[in-house]
Amino acid sequence: MAQKLDLLKESPSQTAGPYVHIGCTPNFSGISGVYPEDLGSALVNDKTKGERITVRGQVFDGTGTPLKDALIEIWQADATGLYPSRNETRGKADPNFTGWGRSPGDMETGEFVFETVKPGRVPFADGRAQAPHITFWVVARGINVGLHTRMYFEDEADANAEDPLLARIEHQVRVPTLIAQKTGTGEYRFDIRLQGEGETIFFDI
Amino acid sequence: MSGEDTARAGSFFQRDRLWHPPAYTRDYKTSVARSPRLALISAANTLSEMTGPVFGHDMLGPADDDLLTNFAKPGEMAIGQRIIVYGRVLDETGRGVPDCLIEVWQANAGGRYRHGKETYDAPLDPNFGGCGRMITGPDGSYRFRTVKPGPYPWPNRVNDWRPAHIHFSLFGHAFAQRLITQMYFEGDPLIALCPIVNTIPSSEAVDTLVAALDMANTQPMDARAYKFDIVLRGRRATRFENRGEGS
Ligand SMILES: [Fe+2]
Repeated sequence: MAQKLDLLKESPSQTAGPYVHIGCTPNFSGISGVYPEDLGSALVNDKTKGERITVRGQVFDGTGTPLKDALIEIWQADATGLYPSRNETRGKADPNFTGWGRSPGDMETGEFVFETVKPGRVPFADGRAQAPHITFWVVARGINVGLHTRMYFEDEADANAEDPLLARIEHQVRVPTLIAQKTGTGEYRFDIRLQGEGETIFFDI
Repeated sequence: MSGEDTARAGSFFQRDRLWHPPAYTRDYKTSVARSPRLALISAANTLSEMTGPVFGHDMLGPADDDLLTNFAKPGEMAIGQRIIVYGRVLDETGRGVPDCLIEVWQANAGGRYRHGKETYDAPLDPNFGGCGRMITGPDGSYRFRTVKPGPYPWPNRVNDWRPAHIHFSLFGHAFAQRLITQMYFEGDPLIALCPIVNTIPSSEAVDTLVAALDMANTQPMDARAYKFDIVLRGRRATRFENRGEGS
């Protein structure tokens, strides 16, 4: 027998269930008057610096059916590559940018929409620049542990080609699942496939 | 930035995927078509995971942590067994996690959610919305008041019932710590029967989601107390960590 390490175990995850919107976006789910607004509904205001973009997408299950009960969150750097976080030590991020967004998806189609800015480049652990990217986190009924993935940009091909995380993915044929299509000026589409053909890459980070 | 953050600003401990539920859990049927089949790609943390949004205590309303009244008409209250749920948010090293946003949601005392897609015909309580939120104090502590939620039937097998539970969503200080889980109540016989509880591989892990009845913190003639601590991922100290420049 050796000494004990005295580490606790992380609380095990449980599915967000079908009613996650009651807790996280109550106004969206018709419970008004408790909170003035749903958290994460706006990342930017009219003073936010950077290139405005809109990101849309849906989350599909293994049968190709879009989820209508998911909760999608994003986390990203500001236009200069700084995070508005207490753990950001490289400088102060744009005070008019929250970096964090949350969408319950459209009631009928499940489509999420984020109005944000294009993120700047953030260093990898070894200091090399990562390509601009947005972290996604998806929870829903039937998802036992929240799923982390990343969205990269189709129009950043050079940066994507030298991105240290993308480069280490063994099955390069899957990398396109992480790359949002440009559908117009400042408009991107990023669909997430939980299972089956074109299954999105999810990360254990 | 606090001293604690400076001292422990390294990457997060690897998530123990054998302790958490797997993605594919046959007896929880909705997971079957919603579970990735390919392996998760493991990657060391970058700043994108080691940072996370900040929520200030000033965003909270005075009744955000009181589900008895935060949806009730003036002078009225939700119906049900009054309880106080309290505890601490800790990381895996045992340190309290301050300034952690906790959001909770639950069914009413009859087991009914206030939601358009709810199909159980237990009565709605006009004074109960079912959501609350709080931000942990300097030692990671939190507390809220509510009614004990009822168990409810749900479409899975023909006769599945959820044990009484409260859903918890937690932000630590980094997106890598993001967690959603559920709290159960000590002594509930439905816990052992529940396919969602049983997505968790070990009974030891399930036990960590069962809140204990705490008579010492119970308010006499008023509300019973349940203690529920939650553990988020811990992080390494940076002192001996091998990291490149600029990170
Ligand atoms: Fe529930």
